[in-house]
Amino acid sequence: MSDDANLFAQQQSNRRRSTWLTLGFLLFFAWVGFGGDFAFWLLTADAGPGSYHHVVPFIGISSVLSAAFICWYSWRHGAERVLWSTGAWELIEAATPEQKQLMNVVEEMAIASGLPRPRVWVIPDPDPNAFATGRDAATASVAVTEGLLAALSRDELQAVIAHEMAHVRNLDIRLMTLLAGMIGAIALLSDGMGRMLGRGSRVGRGWNVPRGAKDGKGNPLGLVILALWLLTLAVAPVVSRILAMAVSRKREYLADATGAQLTRNPMALASALEKLEGATAATLSITQGSAHLCIVDPSPGLMSSREGFLADFVASHPPIRQRIVRLRGMSYQQAKRESAGALSPP
Amino acid sequence: MGTIVLLAVIAGIVLWMVGAYNGLISLKNQVVNGWKQIDVQLKRRHDLIPNLVNTVKGAMDFERSTLDAVISARNRAIGASGVQQTAKAEGELTQALGRLFALTEAYPDLKATNNVAQLQEELTSTENKIGFARQLYNDVATQYNTKQMQFPTNLVAGLAKASPAELWEIEDAGERAVPVVDLSATKRGA
Repeated sequence: MSDDANLFAQQQSNRRRSTWLTLGFLLFFAWVGFGGDFAFWLLTADAGPGSYHHVVPFIGISSVLSAAFICWYSWRHGAERVLWSTGAWELIEAATPEQKQLMNVVEEMAIASGLPRPRVWVIPDPDPNAFATGRDAATASVAVTEGLLAALSRDELQAVIAHEMAHVRNLDIRLMTLLAGMIGAIALLSDGMGRMLGRGSRVGRGWNVPRGAKDGKGNPLGLVILALWLLTLAVAPVVSRILAMAVSRKREYLADATGAQLTRNPMALASALEKLEGATAATLSITQGSAHLCIVDPSPGLMSSREGFLADFVASHPPIRQRIVRLRGMSYQQAKRESAGALSPP
Repeated sequence: MGTIVLLAVIAGIVLWMVGAYNGLISLKNQVVNGWKQIDVQLKRRHDLIPNLVNTVKGAMDFERSTLDAVISARNRAIGASGVQQTAKAEGELTQALGRLFALTEAYPDLKATNNVAQLQEELTSTENKIGFARQLYNDVATQYNTKQMQFPTNLVAGLAKASPAELWEIEDAGERAVPVVDLSATKRGA
């Protein structure tokens, strides 16, 4: 019963976080839009008659509308886009023994977690990695790389899939998939705006840099807001990624523990993680925008193998060593319980 | 005034009874459903075994007794009814299969034929599914049993025709462990 209560609390907290995330995203776009409008309004307010006056806040309106569209799109099609970006193909009819085994293992873990079987995808990439995505259990997908299928034993594969099913059951996938969509959108916005502003100043009289500002006669408040606005655009991609990493790091320990409960075999996940740690090459098919979805960090250099303050701050995943140590602890506890049960009379 | 209070109390009791009754029925259906999940996998396992036996029969002729043990364990498992009898028969079948798989390790040629490897994978998966489905079944069955015995839900248990569901007990912890077969001894004997 306490497991059920805990699961419910996890799902609730993920629903709440998804809502806050969406609100924060909309607010960010509103600031980017209306903040820009405000700065331009202040800057053009003193301009003489006949020159441009920024009165209608069309940047704000269009940016909030596009943010709303991005939210809706991430919600409806986020999972498809993430899968598409990795080049994954859906496994429907297993052709090789390896694929058959993957299908079987996913079915086993679906039964163990009491969820419908998610769709199964294979990513053509030699580096071992895996992730789950979707809105909820009914629309969930689990994707693994070809490298994972080749490297892991049956028990280890089962442990990795159990870890992913734990993400599905906790509704981590909803939060993570929304985040992936939004990170992509913010990176795009920041790039696009930066390019527009850059072009404007190069040409000398772009529509977006008013003459008042150029002449040094602009409203000082307007300049301050403009500077803040540019700063937000510049740091937004980094901040959004750090946010994604921070959210995902906490979820990994929990998914490890829940996954180990599903298979009742913590050591299998520990040894799978050891193998994944050994493969330090980057998972090239998985881009930065969806790194936080994966079981181990797909980026090159493998930040997850380092420990310390900086690594804690920027890594999407806790250090693999620490995860393995925790799993070993679970396994030890399990063995102790079992031997105690065998010794004491029933 | 008094009648209103009385009516409110009666309405409250009736509403509670409806809720408790529906809760029990829903749990009962979950137990039935949990059992069906196990049953599907058991059927699949019983269907796979003749295939496996036929495939390995030629190569493992002198392991006749192991093969016979598997076949008779399977037939007993098919004939079993009720949770406890099924659990016992299936446990024996698992052990017989475990011995057979351990023996196939001694025949590299046999393992090399894809068919055997595939059948073994299918049987392993089915066995795992049975294990996980059993866990789920035991969980809901325990919940159902507790609910119908607890006060005050036990007052409507008779109405809902609730009776305790049997749990699928594992006789010994050894069933989960891989059976150990000393192959060196087998070879010397052969």
